[in-house]
Amino acid sequence: MNSEQLSVNSQKRKNTGWRLFFQSVIARSYPRIIGQQRELSWMLFEVVMPMIAVIGYVLVYKALKAPEEYIGFVVIGGAMMAFWMNVLWSMSSQLYWEKEQGNLALYIIAPNSMMSILLGMALGGMVATILRAAVIILLGSWMFGVTYAVVSPFELFAVFALSMVALYGMGMMFASAFLLFGREAWAVSDMIQEPVNLVTGFYFPVKSLPFWVAAIASAIPLTLGLDAMRQLAFPSGLQMGFLSTKVEILILAGLSVFFLVGAKLLLAYTEKRAIREGRLTEARR
Amino acid sequence: MDRSTAAVTRSETWRSFRIATWLGWQIASNWTDPLWFAIYSIVRPVSRAAILVVMYGVITQGNFSDPLFPYIYLGNAFYSYVFTVMNGVSWAVIDDREHYRTLKYMYVAPIRIPAYLLGRGVAGFLTASLSVVITILAGVLFLHVSFDPLQADWLLFFVSLAIGVVMLAMMGLVLAALSLLVARHSGFLAEGVSGVLFLFSGAIYPLDVLPVWLQPIGYAIPITYWLELMRRSLIGSVAEAFPTLAAFSNLELLGILVGLSVVFGVASIYVFRACDKRARERGLIDRTTNY
Repeated sequence: MNSEQLSVNSQKRKNTGWRLFFQSVIARSYPRIIGQQRELSWMLFEVVMPMIAVIGYVLVYKALKAPEEYIGFVVIGGAMMAFWMNVLWSMSSQLYWEKEQGNLALYIIAPNSMMSILLGMALGGMVATILRAAVIILLGSWMFGVTYAVVSPFELFAVFALSMVALYGMGMMFASAFLLFGREAWAVSDMIQEPVNLVTGFYFPVKSLPFWVAAIASAIPLTLGLDAMRQLAFPSGLQMGFLSTKVEILILAGLSVFFLVGAKLLLAYTEKRAIREGRLTEARR
Repeated sequence: MDRSTAAVTRSETWRSFRIATWLGWQIASNWTDPLWFAIYSIVRPVSRAAILVVMYGVITQGNFSDPLFPYIYLGNAFYSYVFTVMNGVSWAVIDDREHYRTLKYMYVAPIRIPAYLLGRGVAGFLTASLSVVITILAGVLFLHVSFDPLQADWLLFFVSLAIGVVMLAMMGLVLAALSLLVARHSGFLAEGVSGVLFLFSGAIYPLDVLPVWLQPIGYAIPITYWLELMRRSLIGSVAEAFPTLAAFSNLELLGILVGLSVVFGVASIYVFRACDKRARERGLIDRTTNY
C-alpha cells in the first residue's frame, strides 16, 4: 500500500456511535426487506400457510352458523398471525440459527452493537411481514365478503403501530434468551406457537376466555392489539372487546417500553453468559 | 429372486426399519428429559383442540351435546397423525442431508432407504398417539365428549388406525422422494400438504360446508374416509348426524380406504424409485443447500 492510498483511507470517514448503530440496523434489515422479496416462493408460502388456517377456521364458523363478524375476526387474526410467526421463527430463534450457521460469532466480533442487529432484524421482519399480512387481509376479505366499519383510523393505526413495537420488542427479548439454547430452541418455538394462538384469541374474541386467562394473556402484545383492532374495525367489535381501546393503547405503550428495555438488559446478560460458557460457537447437533 | 436372497432382503429391510425407528426416537426425544418431552408432545395438539372448543363454545353458548362437537373434536384429534407421520418420514431426508449431513453415508450403508425413512416416521406416530390419547381423554373428562369405551368398536378402530397410519407413511414417502429433488422449501412440504389436506378431508367440519365444486377433492383422498372410520369406531352416532358419508356402511368405507390406500401406496413406491434414481443421477444426495 503506497502513501497516497494510506492518505485516502485515513480521510475516509468511518461511522461511529449512533451513525454506526443505524448503519447496522439498516444493514441487518436489508436482507429481510429487499432480499426476501427477491424470493417470491417464500412469500407464497408465508401467505398460503396462514391462509389455510384462516380458511379452515372460517369454514368451522360457517358449519356452526356463526354471525358474520366472526369471519372478519378470523381474517384479521390470520393476518396478525403472520407477525407472530415472523417474531417466533425469524426473531426469537434467529440468533440460534445464526449460531448454527456460524454467523453469530461474526456479529459479536464486528465493532457494532448487538442491539442494532436485533433492531435491524425486527425492522426488516416487520416491514416484510406487513406486505404478507396485507395480502392475507385482502384475500380473506375478498373470499369471504368481509366488510369493515373503521371508527377511528388514527386510533387503529396507533394500536397497530404500538402492537408491532411491543411484539417485536418481545421478539428481541426472546432472541436474547434463545441465545443460550441449543437443540431445544426449535422445540421451544414449536411448543409455544399453539398455546399463544389460543390465548391471544387469533380466531375468537379474547373476551371469550375466562377473565384471568385473558388478563395474563394480555402480556403478549398481540392479545390487546388484536382486541383493540377488532373493536375499531367492526361494528359489533365494541360489545366483544375485553377492555376499552384507550386502556389497551396505554397498556400496549407500557409493554413496548418494557420489552425494549428488557431486550437490552437481557441481551447484555445472555451475551456475557454465552461468552463465559463458550456457547457462541457451539453447534449441538 | 431365490429364497435366500429374499430372506436377506427381508432381514435387511427389517433391520433398516428397526434401527431407524430407534434413531428417530432418539432424535425426537433426547434433547430434554422425559417430562419436558411429554409436555412438549401434548401442549401443541391440546392447545389446537382448545381453540376449536372455545370457538364452538362461544357460538353455541356451550351446547356440547350437539353431534357436531364430537365430530370436530375427534377429527381434529386424529388429524395430529397426518402431519406428524408424513413429516416424520419426509423430514428425515432434510435432517440427514442438510443438518447432520449423513444422507450419503446412509445411501452407501447396507440398508434399505425406503424402510429407513419409514422407520424414522415411527417416532412421529408414537408422539402423535400420546397427544391423541391425552386430547381425547381431556375431551371425555372435561368437555362432555360422549365416548363410552364399552360401546366403541375396537376392532374397527385398530384396523382403521393401522391402515391409516400405513397410508400416511406412504404419503410421507412421496414427500420424502420429492424432498430428494427439491432444493428449496422441502422443509415446508409436509406442512403445506397436510394443511391443504386439512381443508379437504372434512377433519373439523363436514365436507358439505365446502363449495360443491371443491367437494370431489375431499372424496378422492383416503384421509376423509379414514377420519370418518375413526370417528364411527369410537362414537357410532356421529355417523348418523352428517349426510356426507352417511350412505356408506363401515365395511364400504373400509373398502374404499383400503382401495385408495393401495393406489396411493403403489404410486408412492414408483414415485420414490423415480425420484431416487433422478437424485442419484444428478448428484443430489450429498448436496447442502443451506436454505
